Parts: sequence; C-alpha cells; structure tokens
Amino acid sequence: MPVRIETNGEVVTAYLEGELDHHSAKAIREEVDMAIFKDSPTLLVLDFRDITFMDSSGIGLIMGRYRVMSGLGGEVHVANPSPQIAKVMKLSGLDRLAQINPAMKGSKAQ
Amino acid sequence: MNVVNEMKLDILSRSANESFARVAVAAFVAQLDPTIEEISDIKTAVSEAVTNCIVHGYAEKLGRIYITVRLTDTGAVQIKIRDAGCGISNIKQAMEPLFTTAGGERAGLGFAVMQSFMDKVSVRSKVGSGTTVTLTKHLALRVKANG
Repeated sequence: MPVRIETNGEVVTAYLEGELDHHSAKAIREEVDMAIFKDSPTLLVLDFRDITFMDSSGIGLIMGRYRVMSGLGGEVHVANPSPQIAKVMKLSGLDRLAQINPAMKGSKAQ
Repeated sequence: MNVVNEMKLDILSRSANESFARVAVAAFVAQLDPTIEEISDIKTAVSEAVTNCIVHGYAEKLGRIYITVRLTDTGAVQIKIRDAGCGISNIKQAMEPLFTTAGGERAGLGFAVMQSFMDKVSVRSKVGSGTTVTLTKHLALRVKANG
C-alpha cells in the first residue's frame, strides 16, 4: 500500500508514496481515512516527500481529507510537496484550506 | 511550421493507463530536450485529459482513448486526446474551475490545470459522439537533429 502512517493519537502523519492520480487516489484515501477514524486526531499531516507525480486528483484527495478533519474539529497540513506538486496546489487555491509547508527540516524534497 | 515527428497511441479507458499515457507522451516529447518543468507540465495536462476520458467520456464504462502527438520544427508539441464517449453538452461550463459532474472527490480542476500548464487548450465535442481535447505547448527551442 502506498501510504505509511505514523500516529501519536493527536497527530496522524501519512507519508504518501509513488504517483497520485485518479487510479491511485482510492487506495490512498482508504488508508488515510482508516487512520483518521481510528484515532480522531486533531492534526492530519499529509507528507508528499515521496510523491513523484500528482494531478488534480490529489487536490480532490486533500480537499476530501480537509472535510473529514473539519468534521472532527481538526486541521490538515501538507508537507514537502515538490515544485510540480506545489504548482498544482497553488492553482487550486488549496492554501486557503490547508497549511502548506514546502520544505520542512530534514526533508529530501528540493 | 512542419511536423517532424508523430506518434499514435490507442489505449483502453482503464485507470491504470493514466500513468502509461502520460509517461509514453513524455518519453516521445523527450527528443525535443524539454526542461524538467516542461515535461512535468505536459505529463500533468495529459493525465488530466486522459482522466476526463475515463471518468466523464466513458463514465467508468470501457472504451478506447486515441492519443496523437506531433512535434514541429519550431519546437511545438501538439497532443490530441480523443474519446468516443458521451460528449460534453456545455463546453464553456465544463471548463469552469471547480465545475464537475462527477461528484465524489473530483476537484473540478482538470481543464484549469490543462489551461495553466499548456499554451493552448481547445475542445471539440458532440453529445453522443465523443470529445477531442487538443493541447499545445511551445518548448524553448533546443531541437536536436532528427535522425
């Protein structure tokens, strides 16, 4: 499964891997939602450092998780998008819904 | 402006082919020595157009998607992506950002991404016959000699 989840109960971090398109979004969504519903965290971090490609299906995925987390009174942060992914995110106005952290310390994203 | 090279793809509207289509187009365009950003832009736009054929044109039924890529001696890349699906009744509305008929978690940004990442996007469609999207991008000219 192209998602690695780390959680401390309060913060769920989902490290996404590979290509995020319409084909792969469903499996990623199911993994992330399972972790959210198990822990009801206050913060979901979606880490894009190992995502090599994303189209607007990724925007749908992030917006969908934003809705789920809003329902729980929580927030979504997006970490380490590559320049290509940041470009798609910027176009969508996603930065109004979720905090985007382009290059967190220790990131291998350029 | 002369066409110096051309390729055609004919694929089934399986979602696994979204990745194949964008990678195949990018591999063909690579002979024009594009920048990493140009290649990323083209891959993203092709992914959006092919996903539209699958999600909207054929609405999860199985059909064929026809892709033609032409390269010109002026460094232009022209990509035609055609389906024989349901067609679009209102193209102007379909191209508006955030408009979608698909529901679920479709963002409604496919055409907005194509328009932002390519120099020109044109759409021809007939209800019941299908849709053709033509994407054009002019690459900074670093054309290698064609063998």
